Amino acid sequence: MILEIYSFSSLTEAIDTALNNSMAPWLATLTELVIIGIVFLSFYALLGLFLVYLERKVCAVMQNRIGPNRVGKWGLLQTIADLIKLLMKELIPIKNADQFLFNLAPYIVIAASFMAMAALPFAKGLQAIDLNVGLFYIMAVSSLGVVGILIAGWSSNSKYSLVGAMRSGAQIISYELSVGLSLLSIVIFTGSLQLSDIVASQADGWWIFKGHIPAFFAFVIYLVAGTAEINRGPFDLAEAESELTAGFHTEYSGIKFAFFFLAEYINMFIVAAVAATVFFGGWMPLHIGNWQGFNAVMDYIPSIIWFFGKTFFIIYLIMWFKWTFPRLRIDQLLTLEWKYLLPLNLINTVIIAFIVLMGWYF
Amino acid sequence: MSKDVVTNIILRDDEDYIINMGPQHPSTHGVLRLEVCLNGETVKYVVPHIGYIHRGIEKMCEYDTYKQIIHLTDRMDYLSAHMNNEAVSLLVENALGIEVPERVKYIRAALNELNRIASHHLWWSAFGMDLGALTTFFYGLRDREKILDIFDESFGSRLLHSFVTPGGLMHDVHPNFRKNIMEFVKYFRKKLPEYKKLLTDNIIFQNRTKGIGVMTKETAIAFGVTGPSGRGSGFSCDVRKIAPYGIYDQLEFNEVLYTNGDSFDRYMVRMDEMVESMNLLEQIVDKMPEGTEFTAKMKPIVKLPEGEYFQRVETARGELDVFVVSDGKKHPYRMRFRSPNFSNMFTLNILGRGLKIADLVAISGSLDLVIPDIDR
Repeated sequence: MILEIYSFSSLTEAIDTALNNSMAPWLATLTELVIIGIVFLSFYALLGLFLVYLERKVCAVMQNRIGPNRVGKWGLLQTIADLIKLLMKELIPIKNADQFLFNLAPYIVIAASFMAMAALPFAKGLQAIDLNVGLFYIMAVSSLGVVGILIAGWSSNSKYSLVGAMRSGAQIISYELSVGLSLLSIVIFTGSLQLSDIVASQADGWWIFKGHIPAFFAFVIYLVAGTAEINRGPFDLAEAESELTAGFHTEYSGIKFAFFFLAEYINMFIVAAVAATVFFGGWMPLHIGNWQGFNAVMDYIPSIIWFFGKTFFIIYLIMWFKWTFPRLRIDQLLTLEWKYLLPLNLINTVIIAFIVLMGWYF
Repeated sequence: MSKDVVTNIILRDDEDYIINMGPQHPSTHGVLRLEVCLNGETVKYVVPHIGYIHRGIEKMCEYDTYKQIIHLTDRMDYLSAHMNNEAVSLLVENALGIEVPERVKYIRAALNELNRIASHHLWWSAFGMDLGALTTFFYGLRDREKILDIFDESFGSRLLHSFVTPGGLMHDVHPNFRKNIMEFVKYFRKKLPEYKKLLTDNIIFQNRTKGIGVMTKETAIAFGVTGPSGRGSGFSCDVRKIAPYGIYDQLEFNEVLYTNGDSFDRYMVRMDEMVESMNLLEQIVDKMPEGTEFTAKMKPIVKLPEGEYFQRVETARGELDVFVVSDGKKHPYRMRFRSPNFSNMFTLNILGRGLKIADLVAISGSLDLVIPDIDR
């Protein structure tokens, strides 16, 4: 197990005790909620900015370019400059648009991704809320974002937006099944939907290694379906810029556009983080069987580094896809899901259930 | 009348769900407006609207001398600037019976092939972008830059050179010209397999292009589709083969022909043409005579004798025809260009009908349209 000194529970418990000693219990709880909210909001904003920077650098590497390198050291402040630009841009009002829904849509999208973040275990003892149906909760709230996309497409009063939103709706509803089934296959192993349980069950080895080939298969399907669910290339049909100019956010400008943009990147982080948690052991270090010395060395690496290391590795994979593959067509996209991924996934789930029944895993 | 030409007639309905792609749209590669009628995602019909970049080049030619006209032809198909220049130059030379030096012919052929490769680079880059593979753009432009550097060194311009003139060339090429071409061919032979790895062999790309936008040979002939787009349908229309000009009859090369007529075959024709052009470049560099002569003796003011003149050349997109009616003055009485893109574009309705809107973008990318050439 990871060393106790790296655990965040002592810190969080100290804050909890201090608050409870100095004020009434209801006030202490309220203060804690406010603190967690502020921490999450700032983390959300910083993460969004960093992911945009990372994407630009990764894409530059793929394309024989340097990427942003003028604002700040290695262009690190580039995204902040972009944010300031987006904040100062005019919010262009759209004639004949449904103003209420038009303004509401970005908030639904961003709130959905914000809610999903609450249940993620970032490190040992660093999890805002540990629901007993944590995995189910994350899947449920992260797919709420499609409502915002549909509203955005509908209320924009633009044909391009409408086509983009309808594509997005069809796509997310289809791929939700594959995401759910591939995560379910690991839930069969662990027997629990609670994320802390799932992480704890991987103390002696990650599920992608312990679960034999079916678990790896489930991971590949999850990665493909997850990429499709967050509307990223090669599945970025909802905003296919060569066909629909910008898809559902064609008519949005300024900070409202930035909300969609930010939510897309945060969703990518959530997909990667869930994959890291479920398949790669979350904040658990890499342990190999009886190699005591190796395992002890791995324990010295803080859990938060393990979690973000795995997450960013998967984010890199997702970015790699985007900058390599051409885009699918809408009917090919749905064919891939309904004719290939879903049946394969169902068979895979049955195989895993059989393996668990016979106890053939480590 | 071909069957396709009949089915091309469009019946509009007030209930139609119309999307205007363009004039400002990322995938029309210029100011082309496609009036696309959709049923869900399926295209019911496409009506191209042209004229957004009409500059009246044919009319302007009537007020310019033949040497000035060269500079206007650059601006038609700006990716085949050399071929356009050569079309007018050949016409004038043939009309006056001027024999240009052998070296000039070789340099012109080298420029043609370099320009063809550069044009196919840009097409490949943009085609990948149309299909959503954004990295192709940077790969293509990286290699195109090498050719533009060769142009830059010799003519001081990268896109609109106006270098080929009636009687020869504007001035001599840079001494490094021959060496640079050799270096480029060596470099690009190594880089072309990357194109194959990145896009051609990609399963998503093949699914997006194979069997999509099938143009039969009959359609190609009926609509006058030439160039790589026509050759993808098995229509043998390479002017360099069927009506050789310059030194093309002395060079060995194959006319690339594919027979399926889908987007993938049009793609493969261009990919193979790049190889053919490199073979041609090697032959040209080997055979090019030494020397410094770059022009034949010509009067400063060219006057064509009264009559009608015609010249055809093969540009990177198809057959460019120039027709001149002269009344013996220093300006043409009437000048007419038959540009390849105009004919190629009007097959969009035949090819795109009944497919998805994403396919329409792929088809228009595979036809390799340059909009200023359509409008002129």
